[in-house]
Amino acid sequence: MTLFIEQCLNGLQFGLLLFLLAAGLTLVFGIMDLVNLAHGSLYMIGAYFAATFAVWTGNFVLGAVLALAATLVVGMAVEVIAMRRLYGRDHLDHVLGTYGLILFFDELVRVIWGPEGLSLSLPSWLNTSVQILPGVNYSAYRLAIIAVTMVVAGFLYVLVMRTRIGMLIRAGASNREMVGALGVNIKLLYTLVFGLGAALAGLAGLMQAPILTVQIGMGENILILAFVITVIGGIGSIRGALVAAIFVGFVDTLGRAFFPDLLRLMLSKDAASTAAPALSSMLIYLLMAIVLVVKPEGLFSTGQK
Amino acid sequence: MTGGFTIRNIVTVALLVALVLLPLYAELAGQRFLLTLFTRIIILALAAVSLNLILGYGGMMSFGHAAYIGIGGYAVGMLAHEGIFSGFVQWPVALLASALFALVIGALSLRTRGVYFIMITLAFAQMAYYIVAGLARYGGDDGLTIYKRSQFVAPLDLSNKVQFYYVCLALLYGSIYLVWRLVNSRFGMVIQGSRSNDMRMRAIGFPTYRYKLVCFVIAGTLCGLAGALLANHTDFVSPGILYWTRSGDLIIMVVLGGMASAVGPLFGAVALLVLEEALPFVIKLLGTPFFGEAAARASEYWQIIMGPLLLLVVLFARGGIMGLLAKVRAKERA
Repeated sequence: MTLFIEQCLNGLQFGLLLFLLAAGLTLVFGIMDLVNLAHGSLYMIGAYFAATFAVWTGNFVLGAVLALAATLVVGMAVEVIAMRRLYGRDHLDHVLGTYGLILFFDELVRVIWGPEGLSLSLPSWLNTSVQILPGVNYSAYRLAIIAVTMVVAGFLYVLVMRTRIGMLIRAGASNREMVGALGVNIKLLYTLVFGLGAALAGLAGLMQAPILTVQIGMGENILILAFVITVIGGIGSIRGALVAAIFVGFVDTLGRAFFPDLLRLMLSKDAASTAAPALSSMLIYLLMAIVLVVKPEGLFSTGQK
Repeated sequence: MTGGFTIRNIVTVALLVALVLLPLYAELAGQRFLLTLFTRIIILALAAVSLNLILGYGGMMSFGHAAYIGIGGYAVGMLAHEGIFSGFVQWPVALLASALFALVIGALSLRTRGVYFIMITLAFAQMAYYIVAGLARYGGDDGLTIYKRSQFVAPLDLSNKVQFYYVCLALLYGSIYLVWRLVNSRFGMVIQGSRSNDMRMRAIGFPTYRYKLVCFVIAGTLCGLAGALLANHTDFVSPGILYWTRSGDLIIMVVLGGMASAVGPLFGAVALLVLEEALPFVIKLLGTPFFGEAAARASEYWQIIMGPLLLLVVLFARGGIMGLLAKVRAKERA
C-alpha cells in the first residue's frame, strides 16, 4: 500500500513535469502554428544551465532562477534568429529546420560541457523525506516539484485567461492576421510566447536535473512523450495538455511499477519477465492509439487544424 | 522525368552510371572503403525512395519511417539468431512484417492529418524502438550480431562485397522504377490528387483513405527491404537503427534531394552521407592554415555546422538538389 501511494505520487510528479513541456509545445503550436522539435533541446539546456549555475553560485535555488532566466533568453534568441523565418511555412519545413537545431544544440552542448553528463546535487533541506501520511514517507524534493508545477499551472491559467497578454495570446491562436491588423505587435507577442514556452521547458529540465543525470540527448526522449501528450490532449489546448500529462504520467509510472507483476499472474514467470519491459513501455502508445480511434483530434481539441 | 538533354537528366544519368561503375573504380584505385560507404548510401537511398513515395507524392509526413528499417533488419537478425539463414525465408518474413506493421500504423495514423500525423507516426516508431530494446533474448539495448548473411542459391553470395553491392544497386534501381511507374499510374494520380486536395478527391468519389493506406503499406514494405539489406550489410542490428533521429535523417535525404522526384532521394542520400564523411575533413583542411590545432579539434564537431546548414536548405533551397538542377535548365533557356 505504501508503495502504491508512493508510485501514485511519482506518477503525479512525472505527469506535472511533462505538463510543463507539453504546455510550451502546445502553446507554440496553437499560436504560431509551429512544430518545434527543438523544444527538447531547451529542456536540456535548462538542465545544463542549472547544473552550472548551482555550482557557480553555491546555491541551488539561486542557480535554478538564473538558469530559468538564461533559458528564457536563449529561447527568445532562437525565436528571433531562426524560428521567425519558419512561420507560415509548411510543417515539413518546421520539422526539418528544428531538427537541424537539435543537431546544433546537441553539438554545442558537447563543445561547451563535454560529452560526459553532469550531476546536480540537492541542498540538504530538499534532500530529505517528509512524512505525508502516518507511516508513509516521501521525498521532499519530489513534493517540491509537485508544488512548483501546480503553482506554474495556476500562473499559466491566470496569464492566459485573465490578463491582457493572455487575451492577445488567445486571440492570436484563433486568428493571427486579424490580431495583427488590429495593431498588435505580433512579432513581439510571438517572441514572448516562444520565450515563455522555452522557460517552461527549461524549468522542467532544471527540476528533473537532480533526479536524472544531465546529459546530451536527455530532451529527445521526453520530447516524444510530450508529443504523445499534446496529441492525446488535443493540439493547442493547455487544459487538454494538463489532463493528458497527468494521465500519461500515471499510466507510465504505474505501468512500469505494477504491470510486470500483473503480467506474472497471467503468464508463466519466464514469459512475463521477457514481455514485461517491452509491454510496459508500450502502454502509453497503446493509450494514444485508443484515444485516436475514439477521438482523432484529441480529447480537448480546440477545433482548429 | 521529361525527355531530352536537360542538365537535370544528364546529371541523373551520370550518377546512375557512376554508381554502376563504382566497384570498378574502388578496385582500381585501391579504395575499398568506398565500396562499403556506397553500399550503405545505396541501402539508405532505397529507404529514402520508399519514404518519398508517401512524403513527396502522397503528402503523408511520416516521421517514423526508420521503424521499418528496424523491423526488416530485426526480422533477418532474429531468424539468423534462431538458426534460419535462408534468404528465401528471411526476406519474405522481413517484407511481410514491415507490411503488417505499416498496415496497423497506417490504419490508425491516417485517421488524422497534418501535424497529428507527424507526431503519431513518430510516437509509434518510438514504440517499436522500445519494444526492440526490451527484447532480452535478442540482445536488448546491446543489439544482435548476425554471424551469417542471408543464404541464397549457389552463384549469389552476399558475403562477397561486390556482389552484395550490385544486389543493393539492382534493388534500388528496381524500386526507383517501381515508384516512378506507380506514381504515374491511375493509383499514383489519386495519391497525388489527395496530396493537393483530399476533400475534392473524396468529393469526386475516390475513397482516398484506402488509396493512402495501400500507398503507406507499399512504402513500409520497400523500407523493410532496405532494413533486411542493412542488417546484411552491417552484420549487426541494434535498436539504434530505428531511433527517431534515423527517421529524421531519411526525411532530410528526401527533402535535400528534392521531394516528389523519382531519383531525388538518391541524390539526397548521396549528398547527405558524403557530406557527413567529408565535412570533418573539409573543416580540418580549410581551418588548419588559419586556426592550426584548433581546426583539427573543431572537425570532431561537424554537426554544429550540419544543423544550421539544414536550416538554410529549408529556408532557401526548398526544391532540393533536383529543384536546383531544374533551375539551371530554366536559366539556360532564358
